Amino acid sequence: MSMRATKIVVITNPQGLHARPADLFVKTATRFTCKIELVKGRERVDGKSILALLTLAAVAGTELLIEADGPDAEQALEALAKLVEGDFAENERMRE
Amino acid sequence: MKFADFVSREAIRAELTAEDKEGVIREMVQALLDASKIAESEYESIVKSVMKREELGSTGIGRGVAVPHTKHASIERLVGTVAVSGEGVDFASLDGEKVHLFFLLISPHDRPTDHLRALENVSRQLRDETFCKFLKQAKSAEDILQLLDEADNNQFVS
Repeated sequence: MSMRATKIVVITNPQGLHARPADLFVKTATRFTCKIELVKGRERVDGKSILALLTLAAVAGTELLIEADGPDAEQALEALAKLVEGDFAENERMRE
Repeated sequence: MKFADFVSREAIRAELTAEDKEGVIREMVQALLDASKIAESEYESIVKSVMKREELGSTGIGRGVAVPHTKHASIERLVGTVAVSGEGVDFASLDGEKVHLFFLLISPHDRPTDHLRALENVSRQLRDETFCKFLKQAKSAEDILQLLDEADNNQFVS
């Protein structure tokens, strides 16, 4: 059964979607079986590939559409949106 | 952003002799020093800073590619270089593969967009398998430079 879910998120990290958050995104995305894609304007990339994510050069303030398609799409979307909206928990890690 | 905008031509190294992560980083930072892109007094501090970033998670992003990087107060504009290891180096990559292609980026603290644009360029070009393959086979700095120039002229990515 195919289940598709989408959500728009905004990159709030002042550094943008750089290597470490991209790595965290991919690590989270690959925990799910559904297909995950990220859309920025007219670009659409594989949400499970760090190389693909980095090609977006998503600076702070960029709106990204996360699209998940598969049996665990809802759960994947929830986890990924939480990650992005929580600023990749980067600020907390920096304080440690 | 193109390779020519941030890759220091004089600091390109075709045959890395280093066999581990710190060795690679030292060799590449030394290349930037030899090319007068960084101050000698900052050498150790830059190496330590790049290594510290690696501790947060390897910059070996898969496909035999790593993008070690850091921000450093002594730098006024983004500088970078490219190095190739024929043997490959264990870089604790995300996909577990040995790394052959290294793109080192040192940025000033206040220019996150330049860093993102450089990462964008590296990742976009490296998605092309032909470019990756040729770069891994490069035997001299001239070979690498020529490939980077061809990539800048959109000869790999349509």
